[in-house]
Amino acid sequence: INGPGGDMQWCFSQVKGAIDDDVAEADIISTVEFNHTGELLATGDKGGRVVIFQQEIENKSQPQFRSEYNVYSTFQSHEPEFDYLKSLEIEEKINKIRWLPQKNAAQFLLSTNDKTIKLWKISERDKRPEGYNLKEEDGRYKDPNTITSLRVPVLIPMDLMVEASPRRVFANAHTYHINSISVNSDNETYLSADDLRINLWHLEITDRSFNIVDIKPANMEELTEVITAAEFHPHQCNTFVYSSSKGTIRLCDMRASALCDKHSKLFEEPEDPSNRSFFSEIISSISDVKFSHNGRYMMTRDYLSVKIWDLNMENRPVETYQVHEYLRSKLCSLYENDCIFDKFECCWNGNDSVVMTGSYNNFFRMFDRGHRRDVTLEASRENSKPMQVLKPRKVCAGGKRKKDEISVDSLDFNKKILHTAWHPQDNIIAVATTNNLYIFQDKVN
Amino acid sequence: MECAVDAQSLISISLMKIHNSRTQRGGIKLHKNLLVSYVLRNARQVYIKEKYAEIYRMQQYEEVRTVCNEIQELNPLDLDSEDADDEDQARAACCGDETSLCHRGAAQPAVHVRAPSTLLGCCPFEDSSKESEPCEYRSCCMEASPVSHFDPFSADNIRHCNKTTVLDLDTHVVTTVENGYLHQDCCCDALQGGQGAQSPAKKRKGEFGGCVSEAEDVSDFTAARKRAKREDCSYSNPDYTETSNISNLISIFGSGFSGLLSRQADLEQICSKQALAGLGAWTRAIVAF
Repeated sequence: INGPGGDMQWCFSQVKGAIDDDVAEADIISTVEFNHTGELLATGDKGGRVVIFQQEIENKSQPQFRSEYNVYSTFQSHEPEFDYLKSLEIEEKINKIRWLPQKNAAQFLLSTNDKTIKLWKISERDKRPEGYNLKEEDGRYKDPNTITSLRVPVLIPMDLMVEASPRRVFANAHTYHINSISVNSDNETYLSADDLRINLWHLEITDRSFNIVDIKPANMEELTEVITAAEFHPHQCNTFVYSSSKGTIRLCDMRASALCDKHSKLFEEPEDPSNRSFFSEIISSISDVKFSHNGRYMMTRDYLSVKIWDLNMENRPVETYQVHEYLRSKLCSLYENDCIFDKFECCWNGNDSVVMTGSYNNFFRMFDRGHRRDVTLEASRENSKPMQVLKPRKVCAGGKRKKDEISVDSLDFNKKILHTAWHPQDNIIAVATTNNLYIFQDKVN
Repeated sequence: MECAVDAQSLISISLMKIHNSRTQRGGIKLHKNLLVSYVLRNARQVYIKEKYAEIYRMQQYEEVRTVCNEIQELNPLDLDSEDADDEDQARAACCGDETSLCHRGAAQPAVHVRAPSTLLGCCPFEDSSKESEPCEYRSCCMEASPVSHFDPFSADNIRHCNKTTVLDLDTHVVTTVENGYLHQDCCCDALQGGQGAQSPAKKRKGEFGGCVSEAEDVSDFTAARKRAKREDCSYSNPDYTETSNISNLISIFGSGFSGLLSRQADLEQICSKQALAGLGAWTRAIVAF
């Protein structure tokens, strides 16, 4: 894809999670996110748990083992709740995790379910105090009369302990289901978006937030679109975008007004009338929006394609990549089995030259923007020997199936890759199948 | 449209999705239901256009059909297989190419001789009792359309369907006709009860008269046609036999997202004023969550 000597190749590194084919619903991975250095990799699942993996530093000198990640911390972030007023159960599923840039020894991340955002502090403890004057080693208090001398307690090494503690809980600000959170480049504020509203928070203040976007119509019967994703610009702390179910993206400037209902820019591509179908509205709904690292572009994912937009051009994307166009003729069946509502995410590599997104049958796709090349790879236990090179896959859309090709009718639509993440500085990727996390790295020659 | 799906089945699938979403964990998903309502709107528009075109074609045969009916009424009790065949041929002649409405499945010889009163009971559209249900539209069950080749979750689902289910939006009465029998109850009950029983095939005598006289009422209806495969998977749950569930669902859908009706202008060009007036229930917005 990019690299000396032509196409990059990808190798299997690790797979995390149960081998069992019978997937427990709580184990279904719902979000994957590298932190800003790539040293930590967080996953959230349907059971409300967060698992953080850490890259093994010792291996950094050995390039072929640099993508070894081991469990660093596991904690229960959210629990199921019940809204008694509306008689609604609130799912504990983690919708999104976003890391804060590191400021001190501890790590911070935001995790959110449908209604509540939490700020977690993950800190290490590798020393403990010993030699208290008034306490025994097991914690019992001494009888003061028995103390004949005083000493200063000392810190002695202990086995590394990683503790996760909730530092802030941002609750009761969203009537509808939260779909996105995004930390601002000012490192002080962040936004949270639900179907109809976007709120701006200060990381230190939990009892109030500012509503900056509200698309709820006065009469709900007039509702035509919802917010599907939102993100702050990576460098401009006043700028954010939000995507809609109608396939539009709005860029807003918070300096213009307190309520950003009026967009500064509207990105929209006219629909191709020849592709009109019963399901046109569904497949044009945007499921993810991501700024490029350099802040000049943004990428959107709809059901069948990935589009790259130049922030300076609103009337059409600069690049469009078909993820699985062969599904266009299957939309009716995909509607019946609900697959058409799957929300695929997308991500950029560190230098914005390649984008990646998931598909069905545990396939995922990479598009090399510069070289106009794309590849389909598969995350499967069959290809999981250490450092095994992944063989490109091909789907046969119709006609005669060649050897090694897979026909559309053989695709397993229960095996979907919705969440992928790319290391911010290296060619290491994390790909989540239903309940397993695969880590791949580029082949080192 | 890219696949051979018919609007009617999409409507029923969509309604079922909306219904199921009310009991899903985590509360109703606004985004998904909005998207489903778009499919519903698209399918409804196609369905209405198709039906209107059909009725227009049928009206052209009105005269011929009236004559056919008069012939049938001369010998209502003399139904042996030979005459049945003759009647079928006559009917075929009446309807010409309107096989979509002249039910293919119903073209079976009657094996029972029935008293006129029960015959009338069987053919409500010639009955004066029909007057009490002016808003009902009969849509005959068709052979289940083959879905696209790719259908991994419902193999063996192409079966003949001899059932017609009609939901009256105003009275919320669900009516099923199975092989000519009229069941004034939930179609699901009828299916479960009647699946094993081989009911003698009845003449769908009333359909023609019914169709003709209801051309004007075509607009105000919901035909929740249940295909065999969906019945198998959905109606094993006794909850689904509750007419109240379905009627409740329909009444909820009695208002749709009015914002979706940007194509109202197109509809007006195609439908008559009367049809439009009857679309009242359909043009109201979905009450959101």
